[in-house]
Amino acid sequence: MAIYRSHVLVCGGTPCLLKGARTIRNLFQQEINRYQMADEIRVVETGCLGPCDEGPVVIIYPEGVMYSRLQPTDIPKIVEHHLYKGRVVEELVYRERKDSKEISSKVPLEGEKYLDRQKRVVLRNCGRINPDLIEEYIANHGYEALGKVLTELRPEQVVEIVTASKLQGRGGAGFPTGLKWSFTAKTQADRKYIVCNADEGEPGTFKDRLIMEGDPHSIIEGMAIAGYAVGAEEGIIYIRGEYHLSIERMARAIRQANEHGLLGKNIFGSGFSFQIEIRSGAGAYICGEETALIESIEGSRGEPRVKPPYPGVAGLWGKPTVVNNVETLANIAPIILNGPEWFRSIGTESSPGTKVFTMLGDINNQGLIEVPMGITLREIVYEVGGGIPGGKGFKMAQTGGTSGGCLPMEFLDMPMDYDTLSKVGSALGSGAMLIIDDTHCIVDVLKSFMKFFCHESCGKCTPCREGNTRLYEILTALSAGTATKAHIQLMKDLARTMQLTALCGLGQSAPNSLITCLRFFADEIEAHLNGKCPTGVCKSLATQFEAV
Amino acid sequence: MKSLADLEKIREEARRMTDLREGKAQTKVIIGMGTCGIAAGARETMKAILDEINKRNLSGIALTPTGCLGLCEQEPIVEVEIPGQPRIIYGKVTPEKARQIVAKHLVNNNIIGEWVIGRK
Ligand SMILES: Cc1cc2nc3c(=O)[nH]c(=O)nc-3n(C[C@H](O)[C@H](O)[C@H](O)COP(=O)(O)O)c2cc1C
Ligand code: SF4
Ligand code: FES
Ligand code: FES
Repeated sequence: MAIYRSHVLVCGGTPCLLKGARTIRNLFQQEINRYQMADEIRVVETGCLGPCDEGPVVIIYPEGVMYSRLQPTDIPKIVEHHLYKGRVVEELVYRERKDSKEISSKVPLEGEKYLDRQKRVVLRNCGRINPDLIEEYIANHGYEALGKVLTELRPEQVVEIVTASKLQGRGGAGFPTGLKWSFTAKTQADRKYIVCNADEGEPGTFKDRLIMEGDPHSIIEGMAIAGYAVGAEEGIIYIRGEYHLSIERMARAIRQANEHGLLGKNIFGSGFSFQIEIRSGAGAYICGEETALIESIEGSRGEPRVKPPYPGVAGLWGKPTVVNNVETLANIAPIILNGPEWFRSIGTESSPGTKVFTMLGDINNQGLIEVPMGITLREIVYEVGGGIPGGKGFKMAQTGGTSGGCLPMEFLDMPMDYDTLSKVGSALGSGAMLIIDDTHCIVDVLKSFMKFFCHESCGKCTPCREGNTRLYEILTALSAGTATKAHIQLMKDLARTMQLTALCGLGQSAPNSLITCLRFFADEIEAHLNGKCPTGVCKSLATQFEAV
Repeated sequence: MKSLADLEKIREEARRMTDLREGKAQTKVIIGMGTCGIAAGARETMKAILDEINKRNLSGIALTPTGCLGLCEQEPIVEVEIPGQPRIIYGKVTPEKARQIVAKHLVNNNIIGEWVIGRK
C-alpha cells in the first residue's frame, strides 16, 4: 500500500451527492491526473462530514482544511493552488455561519468552532475513512472489539460491560441496552436474532442513514458483539427502502466482512458464528416501531403487536430478538475497547455518552452533529448550530422528532438528556432537532405535525386512528377562527386519552407536541379563539398587530 | 482472517494509509512550490522524497508544498521540522540530495550540515 502525501476526502453522504459531490470527486481526480500528481495524492470518497447544508464538502489532509459549497469551477483552483503549490484557497474554506442576534446574556464562547464543540464517538470514522474499504475501518481499531470479546470475554461479561456503561437505546425510547440484552441472553431458545432498526421514518431525520453510509462496519461489529452477548447467530438489518446508498454500502461491507472471516463461521477461531442479511423496509413510519418492524420482516402488514411479550423474549418468528437502533449499535465497539468508565465520563450521570442530532428547520448549520449528552439547547442552537438565520428570534425547538414535545425559550438552558426531557413532556427520541423561529404560528406548526400522524397512523386502534384526525380538525378550525373554548378542553381530553390508551408508541406520543404547546403557548393558541393570529400566519385571521 | 494477530497485521499496514488524516504526523517536510521553486525542479524533488518515504516504509511524515519562501536563488528549498528540534532549511535540493536527506536526516536524525541554508 503506497503512501500518499495528501488525501482529498470528498463527502459521499447522500446530501452532498445530491448536490453533485460525484462530479466534484471526478473533477479532482481529473485535475490531479493533469498535474501528474496521481501517485502523490489520493482522492477518497468518505461519509458525512457534518455540515450537509453546505455541500458538497471536501476535506484535504494533512492540513485538515475543509472546503464547502464547491462548484465544478472551483476544483481546478484548489488543485493548482492548494495541492500543487501549497496555498490554501481561503475564499472557498468552510466557514460556519453565524449571523443571528444573540438573545441572552450568555455570550457564546469565543473561538469554539462547530467541530470543536462536538465529541465524536458514533461518528468517529464518518468523514475520515472510505466506507467501502474494510482496511480503513480496521486501521482505526475496527473489529478489535469483536476480537477482544470473542477471545477474552464470556457472553455474560459483555452484557455486564454494556450494562455498566449505562448506554440507552438511541432509537427513541432510551431503554437501557444492557438490560435489553440481558433479557434475551437469559431466555432459552434454539434460535435468537439481532435486528438492527434502520428504518428511520422520522421526517427530516437522516442520522442513521449517514452513519450507515459513512461507517457501515461499525454497525456490523456492534451487531456481531450483540449476537455473541445474547447467543444469537443471525442478524438482520432492516433499512428504509429509499436508502439506496445505505443499502449498497451495508451490503458491500457485509460482503467484505465475510471475505475477511469477520462474519460467517467460527470467527477468530472462537467457535462463534454470525451472519447478517439486509431487509429493505416498506416505507411507513410505523414500520420503525419494533414489533411492526418484526411483522414486516415476517412478511405481514406492518402493524404493531400487543406487548408483552416483548421482542427480547418472543420477537422475530417468536424467537428472542434484540432490536437496536443503528446509533446504539455504533456505540458498542468503542464501549468494549475503552471500557464503561470511559463512556460514563462523557455526557451526564443518568444519560452517558453522546447523541447524534439531525439539525433541521430555522438553523444556520443544518446537518449532523454529535455532542455530549447534557449539552444545553442554547449551546446546540447558538454555538453548534450557528444560530437562527436572518437574525430572527428563537420560538421553540421540537426535540425528539414529530413525536417529541416543543420547548419554548425558557428552556434554552435545559440540559438535553433522556431524564430531563421526559420530565417536561418532551423526549430525546431519535435526535431530530427542529428549530422554529418566531415568524411561525404555533397552530399552523401543530397542524402540520398532526397531519403527519393522520397519514401515518396504521389504523389498528381507535384512539390513534380517530384521535389524530379529530385533533387535526380542531386545529384547522382554530386557524380558521371557528373554534371555541370548548375545543381546547376537548383537545386536552383527546390527547390524554391517546397517551393512555393507544396501542403503540405512535399513538401514545402523537399528541406530545400539542400537549406541550397547550402548556407553553396557551396565549397564542387562545388568541385564535378571539379571531387573532399573533404571527399573521393563519390567513383568515387578523394579526394581533392589525387588531390593536 | 483467523486470529487477532491477523487483524493486527492488516491494521498495521492499513494504518500507514490513513495516518495522514489523524493529524498525528510527527515530522514535517515542507517544499517551496512557488513559481521559481517549480522552475528550479521542486516537483522532482518532492517526488523523490515521496518515493524514498515509500521505499523505506516510513510513516508519520507530513510532506507538503508551500508557497514562495522568499529565497528564490536557493530553490528548490526543503524544510525539515522534527518536533523538539530547530527547523532546518536546505537549499538547492536536487532529487538526489532529497533522497539523502530522507535517509540521513529523517531516518537517522543526522543533519547534513553542508546543504543547510538556515535554521529557525
Ligand atoms: C411509531 C414509532 C416509530 C419508530 N421508528 C423508529 C425508527 O425509525 N428507528 C428506530 O431505531 N426506532 C424506532 N422506534 C423505536 C423502536 O420501537 C425501538 O424502540 C428501537 O428500535 C429500539 O432500539 P434502541 O433500544 O437501540 O433504541 C419507533 C417507535 C415508534 C413507536
Ligand atoms: S397507536 Fe396508531 S399506529 Fe399504533 S397501533 Fe394504534 S393505530 Fe396503529
Ligand atoms: S453529507 Fe456531506 S456533509 Fe453531510
Ligand atoms: S518563488 Fe521560490 S523563493 Fe520565491
